[in-house]
Amino acid sequence: MLDQSLIQRVLGDALRRGGDFAEVFVEDRRASSARLDDGRVEELTSGRDRGAGIRVVVGDTTGFAHTADLSEAGLRAAAEAAGAAARGGGGGVREIALTRQHTTRAYEPAVLPETVEKARKVELLERANESARATGDAIVQVSAGYADVHRRILVSNSDGLLAEDDAVRTRFVVSTVANGDTGMQTGFESSGHTMGFELFDELDVEELAAKAARRALTKLRARPAPSGVLPVVIGAGRGAVLFHEACGHGFEADAIEKQASTYAGKVGRQVAAPTVTLVDDGTLGREWGTFAIDDEGRPAQRTVLIENGVLTDYMWDFLRARKAGRPSSGNGRRETYQSLPMVRMTNTCVLPGDEDPEELVRQTPHGIYVAQMGGGQVNTATGDFVFGMTEAYLIENGEITDPLRDANLIGNGPEVLRNIDAVASDFAMAEGGGMCGKNGQSVPVGMGQPTLRVSGVTVGGTAA
Amino acid sequence: MSGLLDLVTRVAGWAQEGEQVEVYAMRGRETEVVVYDADIESLSSATSAGVGVRVVRDHRQGFAYAGSLDDDVVAETLAEARDNVAFGTPDEFVGLAEPDGMEPAALDLWRDDLEAFPTERKIELAMELERRVKEGDPRIRSINSSEYGDGMVEAAIATSTGIRAAHRRSSCYLSVYALAGDEAETQTGVGYSVGRGPSDIEVEEAAADAVERATRMLGARKPASARLPVVLDTRVTATLLSILAGTLSGEAVLKGRSLFANRVGELVGAPMLVLTDDPTDPAAYGASTYDAEGLACRRNRLISEGVLEGFLYDAYSGRRTGVPSTASAVRAGFKSGPGVGARALSLEPGDRSQAEIAAMVGEGLLVQSISGVHSGVNPVSGDFSVGAEGLMIRGGAFAEPVREITIASSIQRMLKEIVAVGNDLEWLPSSAAGVTVAIGEMSMSGA
Repeated sequence: MLDQSLIQRVLGDALRRGGDFAEVFVEDRRASSARLDDGRVEELTSGRDRGAGIRVVVGDTTGFAHTADLSEAGLRAAAEAAGAAARGGGGGVREIALTRQHTTRAYEPAVLPETVEKARKVELLERANESARATGDAIVQVSAGYADVHRRILVSNSDGLLAEDDAVRTRFVVSTVANGDTGMQTGFESSGHTMGFELFDELDVEELAAKAARRALTKLRARPAPSGVLPVVIGAGRGAVLFHEACGHGFEADAIEKQASTYAGKVGRQVAAPTVTLVDDGTLGREWGTFAIDDEGRPAQRTVLIENGVLTDYMWDFLRARKAGRPSSGNGRRETYQSLPMVRMTNTCVLPGDEDPEELVRQTPHGIYVAQMGGGQVNTATGDFVFGMTEAYLIENGEITDPLRDANLIGNGPEVLRNIDAVASDFAMAEGGGMCGKNGQSVPVGMGQPTLRVSGVTVGGTAA
Repeated sequence: MSGLLDLVTRVAGWAQEGEQVEVYAMRGRETEVVVYDADIESLSSATSAGVGVRVVRDHRQGFAYAGSLDDDVVAETLAEARDNVAFGTPDEFVGLAEPDGMEPAALDLWRDDLEAFPTERKIELAMELERRVKEGDPRIRSINSSEYGDGMVEAAIATSTGIRAAHRRSSCYLSVYALAGDEAETQTGVGYSVGRGPSDIEVEEAAADAVERATRMLGARKPASARLPVVLDTRVTATLLSILAGTLSGEAVLKGRSLFANRVGELVGAPMLVLTDDPTDPAAYGASTYDAEGLACRRNRLISEGVLEGFLYDAYSGRRTGVPSTASAVRAGFKSGPGVGARALSLEPGDRSQAEIAAMVGEGLLVQSISGVHSGVNPVSGDFSVGAEGLMIRGGAFAEPVREITIASSIQRMLKEIVAVGNDLEWLPSSAAGVTVAIGEMSMSGA
């Protein structure tokens, strides 16, 4: 993407006034999307965005500047601005020898989105719309969205690293509205993968749309969710939002370093029930949170976070790892070249246990079964977190009965992890397409889990 | 700024026969300083620019954007938007905004002193904020981050239908995230101050707010579930109003996604409820001279004495409904086309302070902050369930802190059950103003 000698000059400029480390991150992003709503293809959008972010680290201070101007003059001006933070350091000329790193990708996209006719993308939307509407007369509104991003990045730093990646992500979403006697209800489904247009060889958009429609239709007869503490059985797949919030963010080394996580200082300690093993794995095939190298040039890896209930490691980016005197775990990510990297999850998965998923429900006399979750939010310092259920049912006498209206559940991370009393042998990745927000930056993350049960969580409904 | 207006006007002039072209361009500069433990953690400075082009032909539209204002890139973007048109479904109401004769309000949203404000001073402000929070109370354990940030943005829109609009705004903020407590317990509090320039920033206020919010939560427990009156702190109300805005969008109404469709003229809230969106109020954080389609922003009354008066519209939703645009087009930067949204919502304040409202309520809950708004509030069904923390109200006074609870109801019921609006209206960094609001009854889920 950039000439090697130019990169060397830019890194040299960045360190002219001093500094321990300099990095150039170049990004070229092409995106296209199409939206159908209210029966009409409203708009096709395409865009291109490219630029570079340059950072200089001096002790504990990072200077950062970004520019959309990739000419030598533009890059060197940004290097100068980033280096300005390194005031008073022992500057000078530094020779930087770069070694190009070989990048291995878990999966090569077969069909690049820019080679696909726009009409084919639009046609998917129309099929989804028709399918959702045909699912039930009560479906009064459907919107469908297609989006692809082709992102090329280059990372080079004063430690001599030079690495590149070329990744394609494709996403399809459907949301529906059903109208009935009790008002309106909504349904949502998504699918997102780190792959090209060949996603649609396997993904049946009509089935996806029908599922989103059934979800809204089911909720038309939903009763208000209960209010209070109940056992909750969480179905395989999307339920992994629970772990993302209950401990994933709390295992990010930036929160740990500042003692702003309830999990700080707990490595080697039992933090969850012994049936729980949790990994963060950026190498998982075509999953939504997968990549070849992170946004600091580090190859993706699989990190075991909890093994049989014991906290084994946190997730690390370059800066936090350097301070701790250990390697990064390949979790340094950024939304675009305009942002500084920070510690982020990739695909966070609970590994299967050995119980029968249906038996988990049968052994629950009274509780809630959550089939789909929306997002969530956590305060890592207190450990309190919420997650929303977008399809859930009452469990009565060991059987799944009435659907429930949407509500948030609230819990405290360490307590909920200890209260996981059963993990089933099934496993599913969430459908993909979810975005995780942190300090204003949003990145694609994947998640997966088997069916599991928490003995008690506070359900935030309105029913007594 | 004239450079940007010239650029968009020139490109809009490239519209071909039978075609409408809208060009939106922006250019900005920003600085962000993060301080940690009396040292600079990061210092970022950046410039950005971009263009978004919308083309309409044969009642269809296409959109394209690029993160550059270079002539060749802008020309390519127009070509790409033109190419995208063919795939839309024809709709007779699709079209750009047209000049409507409304004079733009004279708003001064730019502070020259920000431009001259030296980086050293920005760093000092963030450091001073961190220091004041630390010294503010012995129970403050650490400061997760203390930040100063500012931005200066110029934007221009021109269309082949005759729209010409250019405006600029500056903003700056100071924000701190404090941790209170000891080994056994941690509570957190955020304090901030925002304005258009450095002279608007109140360091002491931001520091005191963070200290107060973090320390008053110490010792918080999870209370038993109950139904009780709930008093929403100013920041919480601002969040709720921005959600409510989604249900008052003319586009949501047209598409059958608003709970308030077909309810104009009906009582939808308590009689003291008066809701206005007024981007021409210079005190509003979201104040703006023009909307995202280049029409002059104006004051729109949405709810009056509890009665729904109308909705917000952009050019498309207005035309399809048969009413003029209310100049409520918004856009999230140059990468997307316009949609309908509010910029400066506020409730008409009442005459009681927060403490007086607590006294009036007697027994209840003061909610200091909420979480999970995106996962727990469904603006289509109206279902409302969010995580919360705050203080119990006992005997009309603020009592023990509580955490790990949810509060739930429905948007429809909450509006009707408002029993008081405070006199403490403040503009927050949001599309809405904060003000204390008391709701007669909500479900609090706890232990």
